[in-house]
Amino acid sequence: MSATENVSRRRFLTGGVIAAGALVLGVRYYSRLSSGDKLPHDTNADHATLHPSVFLGIEPDGTVWIVASRSEMGTTSRTSLPLVVADELDADWKRVKIEQAIGDKRYGDQNTDGSHSIRSFYDAMREAGSTARFMLIQAAAKQWGVPAAECETDLHVVVHRSTNRRAGYGELASAAAKLPVPKREELKFKPKSAWRYVGKGEVSYDLEALVTGKAIYGMDARVDGMVYASVEHPPVLGGKVKSYDDKEALKVAGVRQTVPMDPFQPPPAFQPLGGVAVIADNTWAAFQGRKKLNISWDNGPNETYNSDAYKNELRATSHNPCKVVRNIGDADAVFAKGGKVYEADYYVPLLAHASMEPMVALAEFKDGKATLWAPTQNPQAVQDIVSKELGIAKEDVVCHVTLLGGGFGRKSKPDYVAEAAVLSKKVGRPVKVVWTREDDIKFDYYNAVASMYMKAALGANGKPTAWLQRAVFPPIPSIFDVNAVYGDPSHLQQGWTDMPYDLPNLRIENGPAKAHIRIGWLRSVANIYHAFAIQCFTDELAHAAGRDPLDHLLDLIGNPRTIDFKGVEYPNYGASIEAYPWETGRLRHVTEMVAEKSGWGKRKHSKGTGVGIAAHRSFLTYVATVVEVEVNDQGEVRIPRVDTVLDAGLVVNPEATRAQFEGAAVFGASVVRTGEITATKGAINQSNFQDYPVARIGEAPYQTNVYIVYSDAPPAGVGEPGVPPFVAAFCNAIFAATGKRARDLPITKLGLS
Amino acid sequence: MIQLKVNGAEQSFVGDPEMPLLWYLRDVLGLTGSKFGCGVGLCGACTVHVNGQATRSCVTIMRDTAEKEVTTIEGLEKNGLHPVQKAWMQINVPQCGYCQVGQMMQAVALLNSKKKPTDHEIDEAMSGNICRCGTYQRIRAAIKAAAGEMP
Repeated sequence: MSATENVSRRRFLTGGVIAAGALVLGVRYYSRLSSGDKLPHDTNADHATLHPSVFLGIEPDGTVWIVASRSEMGTTSRTSLPLVVADELDADWKRVKIEQAIGDKRYGDQNTDGSHSIRSFYDAMREAGSTARFMLIQAAAKQWGVPAAECETDLHVVVHRSTNRRAGYGELASAAAKLPVPKREELKFKPKSAWRYVGKGEVSYDLEALVTGKAIYGMDARVDGMVYASVEHPPVLGGKVKSYDDKEALKVAGVRQTVPMDPFQPPPAFQPLGGVAVIADNTWAAFQGRKKLNISWDNGPNETYNSDAYKNELRATSHNPCKVVRNIGDADAVFAKGGKVYEADYYVPLLAHASMEPMVALAEFKDGKATLWAPTQNPQAVQDIVSKELGIAKEDVVCHVTLLGGGFGRKSKPDYVAEAAVLSKKVGRPVKVVWTREDDIKFDYYNAVASMYMKAALGANGKPTAWLQRAVFPPIPSIFDVNAVYGDPSHLQQGWTDMPYDLPNLRIENGPAKAHIRIGWLRSVANIYHAFAIQCFTDELAHAAGRDPLDHLLDLIGNPRTIDFKGVEYPNYGASIEAYPWETGRLRHVTEMVAEKSGWGKRKHSKGTGVGIAAHRSFLTYVATVVEVEVNDQGEVRIPRVDTVLDAGLVVNPEATRAQFEGAAVFGASVVRTGEITATKGAINQSNFQDYPVARIGEAPYQTNVYIVYSDAPPAGVGEPGVPPFVAAFCNAIFAATGKRARDLPITKLGLS
Repeated sequence: MIQLKVNGAEQSFVGDPEMPLLWYLRDVLGLTGSKFGCGVGLCGACTVHVNGQATRSCVTIMRDTAEKEVTTIEGLEKNGLHPVQKAWMQINVPQCGYCQVGQMMQAVALLNSKKKPTDHEIDEAMSGNICRCGTYQRIRAAIKAAAGEMP
């Protein structure tokens, strides 16, 4: 994302309110629209007097429109990215209005996943703000007949100090709009010392709406004439309706009709699952009607899937040589010599996202076009799948993005949105599809179940002389290719191929596993099971060697160096390895800092209490976490305190970042305590919060202290990196408190009570 | 026909008396502040007040609301913001925000019955309200902040 160019677009000139000669600034990789004169929904920014960027518009009254192109699911990116624009513009935040973009490729990537909203759009946001500021200064200088270099800005006004002249952004907007848009090289970005918002942050733009119930989520979307739908999906992935009887369903008051839905053609990708939909006048009637359906299913080949047997298969695979993804030295030669060799199996089951807002979408198919209102992390993926399902052009799919009641990766997969679109076309009315919690738990794209085999030989000083790790899990690419069985580089990189320890002999492997359910991204993704295995095995080795876990961990991280990935497929989360090198010194620094902040080794731990530590880099952010636990005689585990230190490079919004790491600890607590999805004969056993519990207030950490390392490194992720080290540190703390080692999550299997 | 009061206004409901109050509020009255989270009273996102008591509207059927007074977030405070809402803003509690209406309605009911709840009392009262984003420590802090400001 760098250079900008003028994209003169006719539709902006015919908009009525637009002055001739107005220009739109695009970012170079945004493809130009071919005809360019009929986008379905222009933004207010597009129609503002000065609109030098697709992200920005300034009105004559000084109102600044900033377009949020990323989805808001609680990370505050809808506020933080506009803050960057406002800062470079030197705008008054109180005069900024944020509007949400529809799905539109002119904004570039809109898939709000992978903790990269700030990282990928920081430069574009700065450029948008700086460009407008440049043009406003030029306009003022021209009016006053003074050199632009003598003018500056001061919170929404341009100032010429020596003549004491001032002009507001609003009054300059029209004149500025007539000027040429500057090249990127001409822009002068504000020095860090002049930043108003970046690094200081702001609360969510939507905060008042959130506490008054006025915020509109997907669940709250309404249009006139809409009906409600609830869909009975095939219980087993790939199953089909053999026959169904809807007589009783149609008797339910408020039920209008039932609609059979086609099964998907493998691979599943983001296609609707098929089944039978009940259409009704309200959500409740749709739910009730659905209960009265009598459906006979053909479950198909995945009926053979049982998660217990599958676990054994994964483990067996991991006990034999697998595909090598990275190798240093000769670990086997060291193991062959005997001595102190340790082995351990680690296991993390399938995990469900369970965002508080279940899947929901509203669709209106009319005159060959589809309009959607959806809590989606990826409106362009909505356009793709809806255009395919309905056989219409992508441009004829308009996806409005509502607020998301949580996402955690589930809502980047728009199967539920496509379902609403298909139903609207069949029913001939706007349809709102509402998934129940049971649908959400049973028809998720689960975080992969994973089995990790770990082996290490310890030298005389307690440091490993050889290390072998094998991970086996059904990979995410299996949703796009039914034959995909190996982890792809973008998931193996997540804390596996980049195992950072300074070791002479290291072999990292990955084994095959066929998927029988849909696998997908979930907050932190593969980092959860990879960090769990590596950081808990590290702790095991420390205890085996009789060493302090912190000292042992620091020894393994070693002296500051940059990891060399020559000959290794390491995508680095899509970022360049030059801009974002893997620096062990930064991991070491956060580890040392969390030890100090948590009082590691200085606090006394009574019986049943203990602390654990773990360190991990994910989404380009370095994190170390210390968790303190108390386990009582009944085996109940409390988490009185968590300390976590992060180095995410430049942090735009520290307050939102702290909140993300507080939340990550709670998310991780759910993984360790109760996170487990199982399947019998291909069907998911869990259904709601009684059998898929997530952490409640007393089960969450009582106090999570978050410390941010302030850094001039480029910005990295903050939404996900807190989870993986928390999970491992929590398990290490349980061992410290009880002597019981959690290798098999969740800890309900540990026998603490 | 079922007669009830919602946020002070008289309403009459004609329909399936088994319908949960949540869907009446959301789909019929268009009061969408109260949220659907689980449908079985396990998550608290649908919490409203019925005759002043925190109640899971997703499992409270319309028949049982006859002659009752229902208060939702939309009717919590006539003028401006309730002290609990102010505290929620001051402590910056919400992340995605979806569960927060239910959390606040539960917290208001707690503070109406206990002026200065202890940590234990807060955890007990709030244990039926799930927040998947994990804002619990801020919820606890906000309840304490609001405690001193209650009318």
